[in-house]
This record gives sequence, C-alpha cells and structure tokens, in this order.
Amino acid sequence: MLDFIARRLVAIIPVLTVVAVLVFLMLRLTPGDPAAVIAGDNATSDQINDIREKLGLNEPIWTQFAIWIGNILQGNFGESFFFKKTVAELIAQRIEPTLALAMCTLIFAVCVSVPLGVLAAYRQGSVLDRIVMAFCVMGFSVPGFVIGYCLIYVFAIELGWLPVQGYIRIGVNFWQFLERMVLPSLTLSVGFIALISRITRASVLEVLNEDYIRTARAKGLSSRVVLMRHALRNAAVPILTVIGLGVAILIGGAVVTESVFGLPGLGRLTVEAVLSRDFPTIQTVILMFSVVYVVVNLLIDISYTVFDPRIRY
Amino acid sequence: MFDFRKSIATFVAAATAAGLMGIAPAGAQTLKVVMHSDVKILDPIWTTAYIQRNHGYMIWDTLFAMDEKFAVKPQMVDKYDVSADKLTWTFTLRDGLEWNDGKPVTAEDCVASIKRWAARDSMGQKMMGSVLDFEIVDAKTFKMKMKEPYGLVLESLGKPSSNVPFMMPKKTAQTDPMQQIKVEDVIGSGPFIFKPEEWKPGEKIVYVKNPKYKPRSEPASGLAGGKVVKLDRVEWITMPDVQTQVAAIQNGEIDMIESPGHDLLPLLAKDKNINLLNANPLGNQYTFRFNSTAKPFDNAKIRHAAFVAFAQEDFLKATIGDAQWYKVCKAPFVCGTPLASDAGMADVLNGNAAKAKQLLTEAGYDGTPIVLMQSTDLQVLTNLAPVAKAQLERAGFKVDLQSMDWQTLVARRVKKDPPDKGGWHAFLTSWVAADILNPVMAGFFNAACDKAMFGWPCDETIEKFREQFAKETDPAKQKQIVEDLQKYWADHPTHVNVGQWYQPLARRNNIEGNMIAPVTVFWNVTKK
Repeated sequence: MLDFIARRLVAIIPVLTVVAVLVFLMLRLTPGDPAAVIAGDNATSDQINDIREKLGLNEPIWTQFAIWIGNILQGNFGESFFFKKTVAELIAQRIEPTLALAMCTLIFAVCVSVPLGVLAAYRQGSVLDRIVMAFCVMGFSVPGFVIGYCLIYVFAIELGWLPVQGYIRIGVNFWQFLERMVLPSLTLSVGFIALISRITRASVLEVLNEDYIRTARAKGLSSRVVLMRHALRNAAVPILTVIGLGVAILIGGAVVTESVFGLPGLGRLTVEAVLSRDFPTIQTVILMFSVVYVVVNLLIDISYTVFDPRIRY
Repeated sequence: MFDFRKSIATFVAAATAAGLMGIAPAGAQTLKVVMHSDVKILDPIWTTAYIQRNHGYMIWDTLFAMDEKFAVKPQMVDKYDVSADKLTWTFTLRDGLEWNDGKPVTAEDCVASIKRWAARDSMGQKMMGSVLDFEIVDAKTFKMKMKEPYGLVLESLGKPSSNVPFMMPKKTAQTDPMQQIKVEDVIGSGPFIFKPEEWKPGEKIVYVKNPKYKPRSEPASGLAGGKVVKLDRVEWITMPDVQTQVAAIQNGEIDMIESPGHDLLPLLAKDKNINLLNANPLGNQYTFRFNSTAKPFDNAKIRHAAFVAFAQEDFLKATIGDAQWYKVCKAPFVCGTPLASDAGMADVLNGNAAKAKQLLTEAGYDGTPIVLMQSTDLQVLTNLAPVAKAQLERAGFKVDLQSMDWQTLVARRVKKDPPDKGGWHAFLTSWVAADILNPVMAGFFNAACDKAMFGWPCDETIEKFREQFAKETDPAKQKQIVEDLQKYWADHPTHVNVGQWYQPLARRNNIEGNMIAPVTVFWNVTKK
C-alpha cells in the first residue's frame, strides 16, 4: 500500500509539470496585457510600458518561465500583479469559503443522491424511479446560475427565509455561516446529485441481478439488509469513482456559484485573476486545483480497499 | 532565499485573521454599497482607474475642488493669491488640517504630492511644463512660481477625475511615481479612514469616519464645500453579478448600487423601497476612436467622412435604450458645461451617408477593411460597435468587426502594428464627462503624435489650440479658442463623440444626501 501511495505521489510530478507548462503558455498566448489593465483606461502607452517593465513582462517568455519555476521550486508562488500581496496570502484569505462550499455540497449531495439512486434502482420502473431520473436529466441540463437565481428568487426574495449573498466566516457566527451556505450548496449540489444518483442507480441495478443477492434473498434477509449490506457495498466502487471525478465539477461549479452568491472564494479569485490577466495568481490557483484533484482521486483509490477487500495495492 | 516555514506561517496567520475580522461595532451606522468594481490597488495616483479615484476621495483631500456648477473652489486651501504678472501663485492651507496618524498637514506634504501627481497625470505634466519652482514659505504656505502665465492652474489642482491631485503625507508622496504606495502609507487627511486590517480584495474594503477631519464651513456642493460625514462606517462590498446586486438591494442586504445595469433599471424602479438617482448629471460620453496612424484613417478626410456618417441616437438606443438615461449632444466638451458648444458641428453626426460616400470618393478610399474592435463583456459598450459598423457600411466603408473581451481590447489598442497584423483601426469606449471638460483635460484631443493616447493623432494645429487654451487666463477667450478648435477638429477629427449617457445609482429609500457630483462620494450621506 505504501509503495502504491509513494508511486502515485511521485506520479503527481509529471502531471503538475505538464499543467504548469500548459497554464504558463496558455496565459502568455492569450491576448491581453495585465499592465494595460493595471494602468487604467486613461493611461498612455508609456505608462503601460513602464508597468510592463516593473512586472518583468518585457522579459523573453522562457526567461519568465524559468524565473517562475525557479521560485516555485523554492516554495515561492510569487506576488499578485494587482493586490500587492503574495499569492499564498491571497489563497489563504479566499480558501475558507471555497472549502466550506465544497464540503457542504459534498455532504449534502452524497446524503441525498446515494439513497435516491438506491431507491430508484430498488423500485426500477416505478414513478419514484422516473421522478429521480427526470431530476437527473434536469440537474445535468440546467446551468448552475439559473438554478441559483431561481433559488434566490424563491427563498430570499419571495419567502425571505435566507440571505441572497455574502459569506460569514465560520468562526464569526456559525448559524449565519450556515444560513449563507444553504443556497450556494443547494445550487452546486444539483448537478452533483444528478451525477451520483444516476451512477448509484446503475451500479445497484447491476449488483441486484447478481447471484449472491438472490442467495441473500433466499436466505430470508430483509430488503433493507440486502440493499444496504450486500448491494450497496458491492456497488460502492463506481460510486466512489464518480464522487472523485465529481471534484472537477465542484471546482468548475464553484467559479459560477461563488459569483452568483457573492462568496469571496477561490472560484471568484480565479475569475477575477483571469479577467485582469493576473498571471501569478492564475498559475498558482490552477496548479493548486490540479494537486487537489490528483490527491482526492488518490484518496478515493485508497478507499476502494475499505469497500472491496478484493482490491489490493 | 525564500523561507518556506515563514510562508506557511503567513498563510495560517492570514487565514486566521481573515476568519476573525470584519465585524462592525454594534450600533454603528454602516452603509453597505456595491461599487462598480473591486479595489485591488490602493494608490489613486499610480493608476487612472475610476475605482481607485473614488477610493482616493474617501481618504485624501484636495487643495481645490469643483463644485456643482463647475467652479473650482478652495478645499484644503484657506486662501490663495496670484501675482499681478500671473507668475507666482501663493497657497495657504487651512488651520488644523491633520493626517489621520495625528501629524499636521504641511506645505511640504502638498508640494511633494503635487510633484508625484504631476509625474503621472497628463494635465499635471502640462502644468509642470510652465512651473519654474516651488518655494516653501512656512508650515502652511507655499508658492508655485511659473515660467509663463498658465491658465489652468486651478483647473489642474481642482481636477475632479483621474488622476486627481490628492494631497498625501510627504513620506508617501515621495514614493516613486512608477511604484505603488504601501498599504501602511495609506494615511490621509480626508473625511474617512481606510481600515487596512479589514481590506479583503475580492470581498470588501472598509472606511470609517475620520474624527479628526475638519470640514469647511460652506455647504457641500459637488466635490467642494464642507465634507460632513454622517456615517460611522462605509463598506464597499464586491459583488460581480449584477442580478445578485439587484436581489441583494431588494432584500435589504445592501443599501446602494453605484452602477446598476441599464437593463435592470425597470426592475429597480418598480420596487417601492428603492429609488434611482442620477447623481452625475454630466454623465458619460461614448467615443469612437480612430487609429490615425493606420491607413485609411491617416487621411483626415476619411475620418471626417466617418464623422459625417455617424448619428448619435442609434448608438444610444442600442446601448442605453430608455431615453431618460441618454442625451443626443454634439458638444465634444459635454452638454451642460461652461465649454459646451456646437460650433463646427452642423455638418457632422447627422447620419448623412450620401455625403459621407461622396467624401470617401473624393478622398480616394480604396476599400481597405476597417478593423473595428468590439468589446463584448462590458454591457455598456457591447452594442456600440455593431451600430458603428452598420453606419460606416451604409456610407461605403468596408468593416471587419472583431469581437473580444475588454482586457484584450485594452492590450491591443496600444499596439501600433498594421491592422491586419494585430493592430487596429478603431474601437469604441466611454469617458466620464468630468474627464473631458476641456481640450487639455480630454485625452483624445491630445494630437502630439507618439505622445498622444493610443490612436496617436499627429496634428500641429490641434496642439497649438491646446497650448493656447492652456496659457489663456481669460475664460471668454478660452471659450473662443475651444470653438475655433472644434471648427477645425470637425474636419480633422481625432475621435467622434457618439452620445452622452447617464448612470443612475440605486439606493434604498432610507439613504439620503448623496452629492450631485461626477464621482460617487459618501460625505453628507445619511442612513435613517
């Protein structure tokens, strides 16, 4: 197992190298000039060029790349072009809302989608199954921001139960924190629930047709025990896989959800950085998201062994 | 060498601090506002961006300021005097002015501030071209000695918009003009104090009332007069989504939106708890900018043909829609201002395609496609370029409309490459009217070739008019120069003004006292 973990961790290095090169090149090849953004609309060409010089953007592209990689290897992620803060500081300021949103979404989505998927499979062809599948189609099809606006209209504007936007840090007031997490988490979890429910249903259906389920039923076990102890456990591996892959949905969805609900998280930081061409911030945030994605999937791979003892690394 | 452990410690400290800050004291009168942008940079001299200008008005004060009727009035200055030969200006500061760190405001601070501002601002550079020297007379008095009489001293020092000559402590003002000031140097003598520990870029910036601020005794007017602060605290909340802004003000979570989208104004107007206020009656001006170095716009007659082909109302209807928020106005120095005039404009901006076609034929237009850059991500600009394309094509131009985001356009417009190799022929933008009140202030009138703004018009006659205007001290003669300039400029345009428009702010009904001014400011504002 330790060998496997070590090998997987070492495999992160080429992944990150490719991501670093791609991100760096894509940013440099994208039209746009951070110096022009910083200088403002009334700036002259000379003023813009002065700023380019100060930011080191007049250096050849490979020199810029070498400096950036050199700094990263020393643990220095650089300074934002705009905020005059280190990127590490910026990420530290913005990480809590994104972590909170991701955790709330994950917990809510898993708690809702797995039972829904199991029930839909158990009652295959029933009204409940059709409703769950219809919800899944809708969850995949409707963009997150539309769901967000609809939830805001109903629960904040019409009913007045929840705030429209904003974020209260968990250490400041826990209940206000929860209040402000409900709508964003619901919004972000719709697509996630659709994905997990569908996969859960398919996996459980497959398992329910296996001989050992028939044997379990023949032994007189209750439906609940058959479903929870025998079917679901054996269907868990694909479900876990899709939860791991869904982290990408969470990251992508956070960008939209944080903008709609005014959450000052990493998703919005990414959008702001892209729009203003804040190269050091974009590069670091994307690298960080890549690490998170790889590590989460490593943890998912490790967790397979818990649910399926046949899997050995 | 980078210290990784230190970096981790900083990270943890920042995350912890971020979690513990941001609670307003109970009972404080707090105004929550969504401004047009987030404050990422704290130095209003280093950048010309409007959000930094607005931030500057919170913290710093100015020697002079423009009132509601466009008159420049003393602000930090108690009295001023100009010698009979107009070569020596003497300024004396008001009593009791203090920086918010408790130190007194001195003449030395002001001289250093003027120098730093002038290094960045085009109007400041023009003024400094006529300045011989500064002399500190005493702690509160300084003289500005001129090489020659200069007609725009007060207009320059009382310039209302970017870059505004804000007065800063000498230590801050001695920062290299090409470098940003540090967070710890954001110390002002203005009506509010910046709270650095609560500044979270992307989330909010917080200002509290400056208890040491000494407002003038006159009533507030425009950006001048007594800046009496009636709020304890002002929070500028960052909320990029316009639909969410509207929902938040409807729900009472914020008190004001500085720039609500025009398409959402009917929604806001219908809400009985919200009112719309046009606090900047001068508004803004849409502008079509030529690249005067690129064929065929290097030919003044072809630029004039475009001027003849355009009609303002089509642009305004396509972008703003509701006629109460726009005005057809041919005056390039903005309708409603002392220098507003239609002189020279009778034959242009009438949408006269036939005449424009004839002019193009006479000028020998060879059918070169006009590379017109369209910004697609800023709602107030997006629809301008398709209208320009239609009007130009009706007049016989060939137009290659290229769509891009604003930041791409901003980067591309400084390129002098040929239009078919990454350069450009034209784009449309918008100016805050307060930035274009006269030909020296208005950047697009600068026709000093390479020293001009992107588009780089090169026209000695326009430059002579600008020079004459700057040196003329009689307002009546200044107006005559402007009219003469306009008559010449209509035939040799550097840009085209394609309409004036207004941006109302939305506020809940319990908010009152917003100043009628070209900049959104927060003195005099009350929350009931």
